[in-house]
Amino acid sequence: MSAEQLDLNAIRAKLQGTTGPQYWRSLEAVAETPEFQEFLHREFPANASEWNDPVGRRGFLKLMSASLALAGVAGCTVQPDELIVPYVRQPEEIVPGKPLFFATAMSLGGVATGLLVESHEGRPTKIEGNPDHPASQGGTDLYAQASILTLYDPDRSSAITELGEIRPWAAFVAAIRGALSAQLPTRGAGLRILTETTNSPTLAAQIQQILATHPDARWIQWEPTTRDNVRAGARVAFGDYVEPVYDFTKADVVVSFDADFLAAENALGVKYARAFASRRRLDAAAAAMSRLYVAEATPTVTGGRADHRVALKASQIETFARAVAAKAGVSGVTGGAPAGTEAVVDAIATDLAAHRGRSLVVAGEAQPASVHALAHALNDLLGNAGQTVTYLPTPEAVPSEQHAAMRQLVVDMDAGRVQALLIVGEANPVFSAPADWKFGDALKKVAWRAHTGLFHDETAALCQWHVPATHFLEMWSDGRSIDGTAAIVQPLIQPMYGGKSPHEVVATLSERAERSGYDVVREHWAAFAAQGAAAAPANPPAAAPAATAPGAPTPAPATLTTAATAFEKQWRKWLHDGYIAGSAFAPKAVALSPGWNATPPASAGTAGVEVVFKRDGSIYDGRFANNGWLQELPKPVTKLTWDNAALVAPRTAEKLGVRNGDLLSVKMEGRTLDVPAWIDPGHAQDAVTITLGYGRSRAGRVGNGVGFNTYALRGSSAPWFGAAEVTKGDGTYQLVSTQDHWSIEGRNLVRSAKLEDYKANPAFAHEMEHMKLSDGLTLYPKWEYSGYSWGMAIDLNTCTGCNACVVACQSENNIPVVGKDQVANGREMQWLRIDRYYVGDIDNPDTYYQPMPCQQCENAPCEVVCPVAATVHSAEGLNDMVYNRCVGTRYCSNNCPWKVRRFNFTLYQDWETESLKMQRNPDVTVRSRGVMEKCTYCVQRINSARIQAKREDRDIRDGEIVTACESACPSQAITFGNLNDPNSRVAKLKADPRNYSMLAELNTRPRTTYLAAVRNPNPALLTNPTVGGHHTESHAGTTESEH
Amino acid sequence: MAQIFPKSANAWSKASIFAVLGLVASLGAAIGALQRSDFVTAANTFKDQPVQFSHQHHVGGIGIDCRYCHTSVEVSSTAGIPPTKTCINCHSQIWSTSPYLEPVRSSFRDDKPLKWVRVHDLPDFVYFNHSIHVTKGMGCETCHGRVDKMPLMRQQNTLQMEWCLNCHRNPEQFVRPRSEVFTMGYVPAIAQRELGPQLVAEYKIQSLTNCSVCHR
Repeated sequence: MSAEQLDLNAIRAKLQGTTGPQYWRSLEAVAETPEFQEFLHREFPANASEWNDPVGRRGFLKLMSASLALAGVAGCTVQPDELIVPYVRQPEEIVPGKPLFFATAMSLGGVATGLLVESHEGRPTKIEGNPDHPASQGGTDLYAQASILTLYDPDRSSAITELGEIRPWAAFVAAIRGALSAQLPTRGAGLRILTETTNSPTLAAQIQQILATHPDARWIQWEPTTRDNVRAGARVAFGDYVEPVYDFTKADVVVSFDADFLAAENALGVKYARAFASRRRLDAAAAAMSRLYVAEATPTVTGGRADHRVALKASQIETFARAVAAKAGVSGVTGGAPAGTEAVVDAIATDLAAHRGRSLVVAGEAQPASVHALAHALNDLLGNAGQTVTYLPTPEAVPSEQHAAMRQLVVDMDAGRVQALLIVGEANPVFSAPADWKFGDALKKVAWRAHTGLFHDETAALCQWHVPATHFLEMWSDGRSIDGTAAIVQPLIQPMYGGKSPHEVVATLSERAERSGYDVVREHWAAFAAQGAAAAPANPPAAAPAATAPGAPTPAPATLTTAATAFEKQWRKWLHDGYIAGSAFAPKAVALSPGWNATPPASAGTAGVEVVFKRDGSIYDGRFANNGWLQELPKPVTKLTWDNAALVAPRTAEKLGVRNGDLLSVKMEGRTLDVPAWIDPGHAQDAVTITLGYGRSRAGRVGNGVGFNTYALRGSSAPWFGAAEVTKGDGTYQLVSTQDHWSIEGRNLVRSAKLEDYKANPAFAHEMEHMKLSDGLTLYPKWEYSGYSWGMAIDLNTCTGCNACVVACQSENNIPVVGKDQVANGREMQWLRIDRYYVGDIDNPDTYYQPMPCQQCENAPCEVVCPVAATVHSAEGLNDMVYNRCVGTRYCSNNCPWKVRRFNFTLYQDWETESLKMQRNPDVTVRSRGVMEKCTYCVQRINSARIQAKREDRDIRDGEIVTACESACPSQAITFGNLNDPNSRVAKLKADPRNYSMLAELNTRPRTTYLAAVRNPNPALLTNPTVGGHHTESHAGTTESEH
Repeated sequence: MAQIFPKSANAWSKASIFAVLGLVASLGAAIGALQRSDFVTAANTFKDQPVQFSHQHHVGGIGIDCRYCHTSVEVSSTAGIPPTKTCINCHSQIWSTSPYLEPVRSSFRDDKPLKWVRVHDLPDFVYFNHSIHVTKGMGCETCHGRVDKMPLMRQQNTLQMEWCLNCHRNPEQFVRPRSEVFTMGYVPAIAQRELGPQLVAEYKIQSLTNCSVCHR
């Protein structure tokens, strides 16, 4: 935050001239504000190492006398006896000290991701992707990575309660059955079940069975951020709810109408990021590079990858889409382009026409159905259907337009037509439903209401009954991925807080005897197997499980045994593989319905300022608010932590007269929210983006009272964007962004070129070096690595900045969470950070992301300054960090040019909470106060692979060691391996001419190197200064004053 | 004015230089010795266990192989403490009514694990792996001593880093044929001076002394 209003004109002038940097990290950096200088020169701001907590003199003396008295004693204590507690009967497959991996799946937003979960003696500790899963193919997103922390969250609810009193499960079953039988005479007219988007075939079948016996009951699927527009758009275009599934591997030209398809928070990011990356990888084997056009309001990770990005207000996207469709020749569509985008529209239309059958048009979930219909029509016209886009049944068993269904529920509740309501899952409608519906008030009119969820949240507080739910790592369930592949969710651990799975809770609604989640799920899939995989319909009919219900004719015993054995075998294979082979959907043949374009074009965008609502890049829709890893995670584009903010374009900020942190007063339909402004270069003008999910009051000790409650502003008429009155409010608020932390001034750290320039000169990145080095610069003799020599290459062209690696690293390496105050002091502990760089004009810059782990320098500056040899070089080239030797001088961190070392200023690690101890990786030391730490290249994984290889008397194979970040990366941007093996993947990447090391002029010879980014702008648009295309050889941007 | 110091003070002052040096040296030696003493390292001390299990009886007397109980020693970082089931395998037949073994039987009966007290307790920042040492020809005896002669388990060595490094730097002095790893009272067939280097070459034993091999 700058004390003065940033002079944006001066910044613009600097960027256009030659005095400013070519690649810049933040507006503050360009303006060289005092705060930025502070971060730059001091590493930690002044007084950051001082104890600022409000401790009075008396408290200080008390503390000091205690620590003085005990100071010497600590070193002399005899270690307490440690117990060894073996099994009584050891399970056959468990070998103490060796982790086991189980396949399971996590569903979010109605889409499942295949996972492998590492388990140490029954404790799940780390989430990995399941490489065999057909949809996610081994990638994971940050939510999957962070879910392990939610499992052990001490704030999860732990007791079944009725009006706050603890009750046994039997009491709940009796209550719910009572409520149900009261509904029988009215055919269930007063019964409602509210769930999240349900991609579990078993749960859907269970609920449909209830609806069969209670035909007038209703099942509502709802989440605060729905995919309604995708569904409605498909229905408008094809008359059917279908899921468009894109194949980015075949798309030469991709046009996105506000579709953030690479982002983790859209549930498909994992699958699409990998496919998209395959066309951005520039190795010889890869197909030609694709070209991406993005039109969007808020800068997103997808927009950051765009070759041409057009910043438009969300309400203008439809006009833009219409103009593209009209230009491309979609019949019946007319309309001009929004001002200033004519050239891009022309170029897109020409590009699309030149790539018929190899192009792709994608519409975003925030855009109305008409935009989706336009995208479908464009894909149809271009012959992309069946090529780059296929239409599948939806992953949710029963597709619906959730917004309307929820509205009906609220109306019914208000009218007193609902007598019993069961709310299942994390959607938390009391907190997150549109503000004008007053869901909480309506809910109170329901006579019998029950909630089951992980937390006793805002919704639970208004329900009489609350049943703690099981985390997905504690339950049997199933879930479909985007392509229809179903996976069985198997538990890794017994419910820690006595939770019940949704299957078990919903099962109490039937007249049948109580069944465990295992029985319910297994019974469903037994029916599926009985039908035969070949003959099975995509979604087993709802009545299928009933076929095996008691009372059904049983086959002859001999047949039963054979069939049962065969199914048991199949079931085990499903569990082992982590997905059900043959359960993927077959494409649906769809045709554009004649009336698809019947809806009149919307007006050409809202006049005045509009507000855009988005899922949050770290806490999703608020359900992860109590997850410290996610709260502290710098958000992909803004790098804000622990808060949401009103993102505004620089020009809009100027117009409103606000700087970062000034409160904005946002008014919509009579509702007002004061929220601090954050200037976001590249944001559409006259628009404000606020992410959802903050401002929780019953999230838990981490998430309570953090940020601003956007749901209080969000109404039903404009769930994604709408006109608002935005004025400067009173006061300021401290927002914390990590972007200026760990700054390195004025070097070409990130490097990029246009595709043509890259083709002309593949080694362009080397010409951007600050100073050429000759080999004989060092006095030390060159060390020969005879065995392994580890190294890492990171492809800046495929990295999307999605943050999955950062959370994976935190999970693998027992990295603590420090809290907002400490982050404000520059003390965040994540070993791996992702730096964001902008290039070009502040109104629509290009964005680059650069993951920064320890560079593992050959001539490491940190090693020579350590007075106690706590950081030393290993014979395999690693820069070892020895925690037990470290005395905390911080010299190493001072001397690190990359600022990748992290210091435990205070006792950040939670040593008290029992449940969190179970999450820790037992192969990594849990660091205490006063110790320096940093990325180790996951040395525990290296050691484990080395021991395995030696025991088998062989060398470590390429790809056998996968670091946590590499394993999590959905776009496979990170590669780790042995540099001494010329055939290793990493050695080949290092031979790529794009490969460069940062700050090569310092001759520290980093082992982590980067493959320079290449953009593929449309040559026809290169005269346009705001998009694409950057000079490659200018050194003018770097500041020479340093030396 | 009379001399303050008598002439003999010269001799005393010279002697005192050596005395101080000697004092410093002996203090250093004393600290060094204390640091390596059983008092600090907890070597050769005994712990109270739920059952005073005798390795002397089971290994030396009956001749049970180490791996019958410590099953994961060849595959995992930890050698493994046997589950109660392993004890019961035999003790459901022999000494099945001995009051001495009641804790074992009640553990099996009530499904409550026995809680043993760790004897070889490395610091928590050290990651030791049994399987690789066993694979590379390090005998159990080399670190754990003659357990076949220990009625009660005790830590034979200091388990200090210098002790680890002594072998990591000079593996040829300690390595033995893989077939002899679980032997107690092993005597090399030929002189260790000749056998050691041969085995180091044959087993491709590296002298790994990088910090991150054990600390991470």
